[in-house]
Amino acid sequence: MEIIENKPGKNILLLGNEAITRGAIEAGVSVATTYPGTPSSEIADSFSKIAKYKTKKNKEPGFYFEYSTNEKVALEIAAAAAITGLRSLTCMKHVGLNVASDTFMTYLYIGCRGGHVIVSADDPSCHSSQNEQDNRYYAIFGGAPMFEPATPQEAKEMTRMAFEISEELNSPVLLRTTTRLNHARGPITFNKIEKSKEKGNFERNPMWVTTPEIARARHPVLIKMLEKAEKISESYPYNEIINIGKQSEWGIITSGVSYNYVREISEELNLNVKILKLGMTHPIPKNICKKFIRSCKKIIIVEELEPILENQIKQIIYDIGVSVRIFGKTTGHFSRLYEYNPDIVEEVFLKIFKINKEIKKPNKSKLELPKRPPALCPGCPHRATYYAAKKAQPKGVIYPTDIGCYTLGKEKPLEMADLLLCMGSNAGTACGLAVATDEKIISFMGDSTFFHSGIPPIIDAVHHNHNVVITILDNRTTAMTGHQPHPGTDFDGMGRPAKKILVENVVKGCGVENIEIINPNNIEKSTEAYKRALKYSGTSVVISKSPCIILENRNKRKRNEIIHVYQIDQEKCKKCKTCIGKFGCPAIYFEEDKSIHIDMNQCNGCGNCATICPFNAIFKKEN
Amino acid sequence: MKNNIVLTGVGGQGVITAANILGKAALKAELNVYVSEVHGMAQRGGSVNCAVRIGDVYGPLVANGTADAIVSTEPIEALRYINFSNNKTKIITDINPVIPFTVSVGNDKYPSLDKVFSELRKNGDLYKIDANKIAIDVGNIITKNTVLLGALAASDVLLFKSDLLLSTILENVPSRFKEINRKAFQKGYKAIKK
Repeated sequence: MEIIENKPGKNILLLGNEAITRGAIEAGVSVATTYPGTPSSEIADSFSKIAKYKTKKNKEPGFYFEYSTNEKVALEIAAAAAITGLRSLTCMKHVGLNVASDTFMTYLYIGCRGGHVIVSADDPSCHSSQNEQDNRYYAIFGGAPMFEPATPQEAKEMTRMAFEISEELNSPVLLRTTTRLNHARGPITFNKIEKSKEKGNFERNPMWVTTPEIARARHPVLIKMLEKAEKISESYPYNEIINIGKQSEWGIITSGVSYNYVREISEELNLNVKILKLGMTHPIPKNICKKFIRSCKKIIIVEELEPILENQIKQIIYDIGVSVRIFGKTTGHFSRLYEYNPDIVEEVFLKIFKINKEIKKPNKSKLELPKRPPALCPGCPHRATYYAAKKAQPKGVIYPTDIGCYTLGKEKPLEMADLLLCMGSNAGTACGLAVATDEKIISFMGDSTFFHSGIPPIIDAVHHNHNVVITILDNRTTAMTGHQPHPGTDFDGMGRPAKKILVENVVKGCGVENIEIINPNNIEKSTEAYKRALKYSGTSVVISKSPCIILENRNKRKRNEIIHVYQIDQEKCKKCKTCIGKFGCPAIYFEEDKSIHIDMNQCNGCGNCATICPFNAIFKKEN
Repeated sequence: MKNNIVLTGVGGQGVITAANILGKAALKAELNVYVSEVHGMAQRGGSVNCAVRIGDVYGPLVANGTADAIVSTEPIEALRYINFSNNKTKIITDINPVIPFTVSVGNDKYPSLDKVFSELRKNGDLYKIDANKIAIDVGNIITKNTVLLGALAASDVLLFKSDLLLSTILENVPSRFKEINRKAFQKGYKAIKK
């Protein structure tokens, strides 16, 4: 397995996320935890693969890894390990840090003994997220030292070094990444792999217990730590100045992936500029910045999302009382929205440097192209659940939804996603809608989401007797992020057997009295179950049990089982379009002559189209 | 010297795999390289685009109008990313449409292939290839991406030799698929260079 070869100097191509895992392995990480979320998932998935690979080879993995129930739990497990002196890593998507923020904010007061790197994978442009919040604010908010790599190689090195800095400061640190780093591959040079510690040592100390008295005593310690961190930032090797062309009055300050666009465009436009590239952005190295500012008359600040560097640079300019012109977001040159790219940076630079270069309009197709958004897979059991729920009551229902594949139920023809905030929000908003309206409410969440944060709102619903139908789509995996295990699977992230927690047992424990357990592939019975649930006055929970078809079919192929696909009998087909227009399976399509067919390469063989066809025109193809 | 290669297609057609193999080959040629991956929200079925940047480049994103080649496993997906092309860009595309469900449910229309190809021709140097047929002929549809990499190698844009790309492919596929991948690559190559 290449990623764990102990060959210093070897070059390989790694994904930014894999590079972070490698950096942690080189640093001798002992504990790694996560809740999966794009664009962070491959960091944790790499730990999972390494653990499984080593176990298979009868070797000790060298670390403990888990997919935790949610990000808060993940952070707490790794924090405790770091408090005992073990090097730990916790990774999550940006919004995951919201879930973990309660722990994060106070953890910074007490700090750790072993290095602890918290990775936040931000998602400018919301490629796969519900917002594009800038988690650099968390570093400032909580007082965490922060690093922002620009390339996969930097991601690996900064992760490795972050453990040492974390230990020097006795504080967890934040490695803030963005999608364009997480999901970019680049060349990596290996360092030596340090041996990880097997066990930590918990030293009892009243300071670990954050009562008000201790918290008051710890806050000044946190402030002192940040002063020390600033000194580290002043000599941090990835805080560097790069000169392009001749000396001039122009400076650019940038960090993270934006540096790549700045560097490329500066060279392309033959600019004479010096670039202050910051790798450690909290605390900002004030002395380096002061010296840099004094050497410039005009400074451009290039950073995605919020003007965080920009505001700090303005403060420093005020402190040193020099007259320097700033070009950034607050001056209207750069946007606070979305991900940057070379084209955006070039356009702004041309304006700022008053360069007369004609920007050719990008080529554009004159043809209107059909959209190709992601869709529920052919054979996805969620589609069958949606179909049954709608059949039970076609109108007058609000459908709060949640984070996961099932969000795709928003698309036509199902259109069964009406309200979404964050992980677990389906059930809470369902209760609110039941209070606020007289509509029927059917909400949807996945099993992983249920364990993550779906349980407290169910308890709320039962306790207050909210009139809602809450659906748990139990497909026994965390499908959207790459089929990670969760508390409802009988194995864990290291591939070891694990206690499987049944959704229905938890739901029963929450006090839900009306529980319907359905197999969504039996659409008739599922529809009846929804009808009963809707009739019930109070909280009903429908647990729809059917494994993710992608995983199921993958396992069938491994066992050499045949997956029977379905076909349409063209003579029987009356072109009523139920299969396309109401069920919406993406494997079913029209030919130019308007006849309806099933794409055999896409069909996953669920057979639900055959069940719903009013003319029995769909049949299983016998191989 | 640099290479900007854009690879596009539909999720599940091996676009990301092809981009990674191209990146690995560049690294073997001791060139600097970045590969960007856009992971969609669903496991499959969505529009996918990757970029491979080789040589004197910083970061993985390709600027508009700067692709040396656009390689697509599906015709309209080549056209969807035509903003990356200039009139010298080699556009290498498979000719077999994958109908999006937006078309199946009647919201959108799939344009006629003649019009798609004529638009592509207007915006670059077009090479059409029936990669599905070649892949099935050599033994397995999964070699479709290899057919297209063979075609890319034949288009003379890459900064390294085609043998290096082939050997990288063969190192990265299970041994039982080596022979069909070799054939797929060679047939893809010959489809362009006759």
